[in-house]
Amino acid sequence: MSIPKEKLLWMYETMVKSRYYEEQLVEAYAEGKKPVFNIGAGPVPGEMHLSNGQEPAAVGICAHLTKDDTVASPHRPHHHAIAKGVNLNRMTAEIFGKETGLGKGKGGHMHLFDPEVKFSCGGIVAAGIPQAAGAALAAKQKGTDSVAVAFIGEGAANAGAFHETLNMAALWKLPLIVVVENNSWGISVPKTASTAISSNDKRAAAYENTTGYLVEDNDPIEMYRVSQEAVERARRGEGPSIIEIETFRFLGHFQGDPELYREKDEVPSLLLRDPIERIKNKILSEGAASENEVEQLENKAKNEVDAAFQFARESEYPKPEAALEDVFC
Amino acid sequence: MQTTKRMLTGNKAMAEAIAQEMERDPNVFVLGEDVGKYGGIFGATQGLLEKFGDKRVLDTPISETAFIGAAIGAAAEGMRPIVELMFVDFFGVCMDQIYNHMAKIPYMSGGNVKLPMVLMTGVGGGYSDAAQHSQTLYATFAHLPGMKVVAPSTPYDLKGMMASAIRDDNPVVFMFHKTLQGLGWMDQVDESVGEVPEEAYTVPLGKANVVREGTDVTIVGIQMMTHQAVAAAKILENQGISAEVIDIRSLVPLDKETILNSVRKTHRLVVVDEDYKSYGFTSEIAAIAAEEALYELEAPVKRLAIPDVPIPYSRDLEKYVLPNAQKIADAVVKLMKE
Repeated sequence: MSIPKEKLLWMYETMVKSRYYEEQLVEAYAEGKKPVFNIGAGPVPGEMHLSNGQEPAAVGICAHLTKDDTVASPHRPHHHAIAKGVNLNRMTAEIFGKETGLGKGKGGHMHLFDPEVKFSCGGIVAAGIPQAAGAALAAKQKGTDSVAVAFIGEGAANAGAFHETLNMAALWKLPLIVVVENNSWGISVPKTASTAISSNDKRAAAYENTTGYLVEDNDPIEMYRVSQEAVERARRGEGPSIIEIETFRFLGHFQGDPELYREKDEVPSLLLRDPIERIKNKILSEGAASENEVEQLENKAKNEVDAAFQFARESEYPKPEAALEDVFC
Repeated sequence: MQTTKRMLTGNKAMAEAIAQEMERDPNVFVLGEDVGKYGGIFGATQGLLEKFGDKRVLDTPISETAFIGAAIGAAAEGMRPIVELMFVDFFGVCMDQIYNHMAKIPYMSGGNVKLPMVLMTGVGGGYSDAAQHSQTLYATFAHLPGMKVVAPSTPYDLKGMMASAIRDDNPVVFMFHKTLQGLGWMDQVDESVGEVPEEAYTVPLGKANVVREGTDVTIVGIQMMTHQAVAAAKILENQGISAEVIDIRSLVPLDKETILNSVRKTHRLVVVDEDYKSYGFTSEIAAIAAEEALYELEAPVKRLAIPDVPIPYSRDLEKYVLPNAQKIADAVVKLMKE
């Protein structure tokens, strides 16, 4: 399909930014955790779920969103946050547990909230879906054409919240889009062992006013195309959509996952189909940008990430007694 | 000259507060099961659909996770939803949204996200509805940080505290006692009807109420147990014992000072609850007294609550586990001898 050049380049730049961001996080996370891995040690403690390989899902739909649209993301949130335009300095500071962080160090990497761009995420599988529906309901109540997107993993489509919410959203024709990132794995359980339907877009058939879309092979351009349809449907008040994208989890469920459940050749074969390389080849082969311009985009993205990590590292930790603040306003 | 008092049932008082707040603020809306034409199974939303239409009064599917989660999402967008969980006992199907999200998002966001919402829910037993429809679960909710938890016991407070809850920028769990709603299909309890001014007013959240002054013993109650405590105080009066009765009204925030001031005056403390005894409201008040006023006490603290069994069905079984005025009075008489 034809895709506006500036959108194509934005998608590339954003995917590069997300990938580079997480590469920096891999290193920062490993600090203090060698030679013995201790999840609570180092400048970035706690669980760390990275999204390398899943960037197409995030950029393909966020290319159609404004800051007035809402995104609810799960425990693997960085690519969505970056594509939604979350403040990178404050997001990184939050992951480092600093007082300049989005949550003043109270949330961490699974609990990032940036109301400026209407982004949130959370650590409970499927729980963001009804909350996104609530944002969609609020848009309807206020009479705006804003939409809400809930990103979930394919495992979340088997949770009650998914079905409860889709039924209600379909009934009320809410401007809700559920993006199912099918990375084939629910931690160690393959989708084939957990899910009694070949792809979750088919579940749209269970509800009126609901459309399902399937994006194969982690294709960011196809993701962009179907997202445009889904977002436009939502803005017109025609009801919710389910988009399932077949995507790749290059890393473990979390950092430190020994991944004994995966065949040794799975990731190397996925890396051969890296969506970032594929979109870069498209840009160059179609002449959307020159090698030099692409490199400039890459440098811009990386500089922004480097600055965010510097900001995070240089920021202060919160005072311990600040733990007692913000329970109530 | 005699003026006529305006008397309302508990549920009409609540519905009036909601209606007045909906008129004040277009962001206030109501959702839940049977809140529309039915007017709420316990009548808390009666008349609202007719007045405000189905855009602002939404009957939902039986999908508590979906609609409570939606209330959270809408509140994050600046709406002020009032969401009804029909019976508090149903919390099991949706507690993730309540305590992992509603209660924690404001904190995890460092105060950057506010959730100005009310989760209202029917509590309490005494009418043979058995173990899955009779609990109060006060302590279950009050134990988890991040939610205000209130439990008014009179029509006046139901209206005024509902108005405060709606205007509050924090999530508020608003527990109303089914038997205090004034329902025609339950035992008619005198306390379910009371004087309620027509104009809008607020009663602050987090303030206990000394409903009866006394000098010999402090009885702290909550909702139905407050009324039982007042009845006990009348029994005790005939025996020459002067009991002070405190209606706690709000579990979170908890008005410790009113309790402690009373204990410093009476030097004896009885706590009465319609929730389970262990790890509960009575334990909390007893602990506070021990921590902050131990040397004021002339006798051990006495607790009356559900004796750690599910609420039974058969009438005599349920009566056996629920505290009542006579049981409270007997406990006080015994305590006075210590």
